[in-house]
Amino acid sequence: MSEPLLRVRDLKTYFVTEQGSGTARAVDGVSFEVYPGETLGLVGESGCGKTVTSLSLLRLIPEPPGHIRPGSFIEFEGRNLLTLAPRELRAIRGNQIAMIFQEPLTSLNPVLTVGDQIAEAAILHQGLTRRAARRRTIDMLRLVGIPDPAERVDHYPHQMSGGMRQRVMIAMALVCHPKLLIADEPTTALDVTIQAQILELLDRLQVELGMAVLLITHDLGVVAGAADRVVVMYAGQVAEQAPTGQLFARPLHPYTEGLLASVPRLDAPAARGRTRLHSIPGQVPAATAWPEGCRFHPRCPYAWDRCRQEEPPLLDAGTGEPGAHSVRCWLLTDPRRRRLHA
Amino acid sequence: MTSAPSPSAPATVTLAAPLVEVSGLVKHFPGARGFFGLGRARAVIRAVDGVSFAIAAGRTLGLVGESGCGKTTVGRSMLRLIEPDAGQVTIGGQHVLTLGGRELRALRRRMQIVFQDPYGSLNPRMTVRQALAEPLAIHRLARGAAAERRISALLEEVGLDPSFAKSYPHQLSGGQRQRVGIARALSVEPQFLVLDEPVSALDVSVQAQVLNLLAELQQHRRLTFLFIAHDLAVVKHIADDVAVMYLGRIVEAAPAPALYARPRHPYTTALLSAVPVPDPRAQHQRIVLPGEVPSPAAPPPGCPFHPRCPHPKKNERCRTEPPELREVAPGQLAACHFAEDPL
Repeated sequence: MSEPLLRVRDLKTYFVTEQGSGTARAVDGVSFEVYPGETLGLVGESGCGKTVTSLSLLRLIPEPPGHIRPGSFIEFEGRNLLTLAPRELRAIRGNQIAMIFQEPLTSLNPVLTVGDQIAEAAILHQGLTRRAARRRTIDMLRLVGIPDPAERVDHYPHQMSGGMRQRVMIAMALVCHPKLLIADEPTTALDVTIQAQILELLDRLQVELGMAVLLITHDLGVVAGAADRVVVMYAGQVAEQAPTGQLFARPLHPYTEGLLASVPRLDAPAARGRTRLHSIPGQVPAATAWPEGCRFHPRCPYAWDRCRQEEPPLLDAGTGEPGAHSVRCWLLTDPRRRRLHA
Repeated sequence: MTSAPSPSAPATVTLAAPLVEVSGLVKHFPGARGFFGLGRARAVIRAVDGVSFAIAAGRTLGLVGESGCGKTTVGRSMLRLIEPDAGQVTIGGQHVLTLGGRELRALRRRMQIVFQDPYGSLNPRMTVRQALAEPLAIHRLARGAAAERRISALLEEVGLDPSFAKSYPHQLSGGQRQRVGIARALSVEPQFLVLDEPVSALDVSVQAQVLNLLAELQQHRRLTFLFIAHDLAVVKHIADDVAVMYLGRIVEAAPAPALYARPRHPYTTALLSAVPVPDPRAQHQRIVLPGEVPSPAAPPPGCPFHPRCPHPKKNERCRTEPPELREVAPGQLAACHFAEDPL
């Protein structure tokens, strides 16, 4: 494979909580790479650290209460973003790395027209004149499928529907043709038919603009359809990472396995007579008190003594290239236990 | 060995008299005025525009559709949390919409609602015990030690340790709060529950726990459910029958297996095709509908779905003549001129 575009090594983002209940280790030693042109899915449930990870990449974590720990390393095209001067970082943020968020209404300025908001980045980063930026903006609105772009450019966010606003957000993110787009739950607030439109749009734009996408979502269906590789997070760590096909066909971490089995599926046979859904017992622990040993062990059906005492590292699954599929689970050292359990 | 008779009831038990019946339900909201109440009022919002269905005792009807289709207004109108403009709602033959005062309160013992966001529906200053004791007191069902016993039993029934009675809502996780919301609805021993997006705010692993709980409770207590949701996979899992709404009307209704196996309305087909499937090998062709749902203040003439309809046979008739909701296959209703020739 080529050189990664983004390389994250041992990222730790902690928060000092109020009332002295301790330090929340929201992201606790996360490593992954994003290669040029690919889509990497970052999945997990609330509180797993996926959003804090994405905000850390662009140093958007409010400090205090948060801070990125020394020893963390975020390299974009060979430069460590964590040691850049604010001015250098601003030249990358919104220009070479762009971001879209879940809720477009709160991320758009209500008193500026959508055109002014899209044009801002082009003027700031690429030195376009107002007139050239306006032309680029209208082109972008057309590209993201907004009808009557020459008229819509002067509209305000409240004059648009949720789906249209998300298109505006995408136009704003892509106006500088970034190399990496971080999309944090880009379709979660949208209805399923509008979600289909936006996913289709992102897919098309990625090919046309040749950018890499870091897609952060809780929806395993969205990931299955859009990502080349998947990183599953649990309790501030990477639990498993694998090429998408392999992860869904042969999940190796008990958490991934449980998560996939919990999803009610449209392609399952119609379930008359009330089959029970698989569910993972208990709930996600608090970031101020991750369990000892393996962080998943209190909810894991396979856990044994070692899991309670010793934290597993990311182990290579031994399929495909080294590091292609890795799993943070002691079962990999003792696969017999999985069979015994079954 | 000879084959034993199947213990489960046949799939079609609609011969039993329905417990809940809704017919011709209409709710129009007045159009908003401009800033400061100035200007002319805009056209009325036809949120619910003639909705009819029936649910047999012990069964679950899934009511699905996208934001603004009117599904939540239907659920709230049935309990008179919103007063509908026209139509009839009966439970066990008793008319709901004409009752007043004391009779209405008595009726509310029979029908309860569980909301999407239990954080918004539980009073943050009340402990779980107080939240559960309130309906018991209002309906004069239990006080003192008897109430205490009922509260403990309810918490255990929804899978919470009775020690949770002392907790405040903010001390609970989303899944635990939803369990309290369910316990509160069950405290008056209703026959019928409106479940309005009860699992959409929950993570998948917790969502599965709550769906399993609802299925168990339904069986043990012989409950009848109206399950309102936008997630078609969740509805497939839990519902016996499904009704699909678009712009305030039901466009298709059928037993779940038939609806998912062979949808007759192009909107249902498109909705099903748009659901992301968690299997990279099973990626199918998505039908991406053009445009967005029109405003319920100005629904299109003819078939309200025609501006977005991908059916190749769409013609002038669709633009002028609204299709009736009619039976196109045994037990399967659809409001489409081409329902015999589905997508």
